[in-house]
Amino acid sequence: LPDGVNISKEARSAISRAASVFVLYATSCANNFAMKGKRKTLNAGDVLSAMEEMEFQRFMVPLKESLEVYRREQKGKKEARKDKDKKADSEEQDKSREEDNDDEDERMEEEEQNDEEEVDN
Amino acid sequence: ADMAARPAEPRLVSLPLSRIRVIMKSSPEVSSINQDALFLTAKATELFVQYLASYSYKHGRGKEKNALTYTDLSHTAEECETFQFLADILPKKILASKYLKMLEKEKQDGEVGDNNEEDEEEEAEDKA
Repeated sequence: LPDGVNISKEARSAISRAASVFVLYATSCANNFAMKGKRKTLNAGDVLSAMEEMEFQRFMVPLKESLEVYRREQKGKKEARKDKDKKADSEEQDKSREEDNDDEDERMEEEEQNDEEEVDN
Repeated sequence: ADMAARPAEPRLVSLPLSRIRVIMKSSPEVSSINQDALFLTAKATELFVQYLASYSYKHGRGKEKNALTYTDLSHTAEECETFQFLADILPKKILASKYLKMLEKEKQDGEVGDNNEEDEEEEAEDKA
């Protein structure tokens, strides 16, 4: 929305409800695809198929792009955890696992900083 | 490492994954959800919210007052096929007096209804 547009409480609450309904609808649709594939776990492909089914093709490209970034992030996190596990200091291991739960998106930057951290320690 | 010094990076997705997960799990036949699927659903929901808001704003009258209104959202659900699945949860608002009149009319129609239906059926057959 353009800057400065007001959104009433009523409109906010409506959007919130709409978002919940969207999740339910998308999940149910994705689940149909999973069941067709005789799978019990919903996967990324199921969600993408659901979007097409629901006629939200316009989301396909941005979704696929974000997914790639997300997967790279996740991979980075895994490798960062492996490096930390190698350290003898068990206290640090616990700390890094706690941090993982807190802020997922800042992890990518931390990946770059890992080298610095190791030198400091 | 001084994390405070770094400017805040835009998050990959702004909606909380845990909350999305709860809603997804509430769906009866769903047993488990892959991490990628959870992320995609959250991201799709974000895109959906943006689409719903901008579409409603563009096509509505709220922009005359620089606002996104409930009425505009409700219109979108009613008029745009893509958003029709929202029609039930974004009902149009009407005056209580109008609603009462509607109820009364429905009641009257119901009483005369049987005859009307028969007439309509006959008409349809003739045309066919």
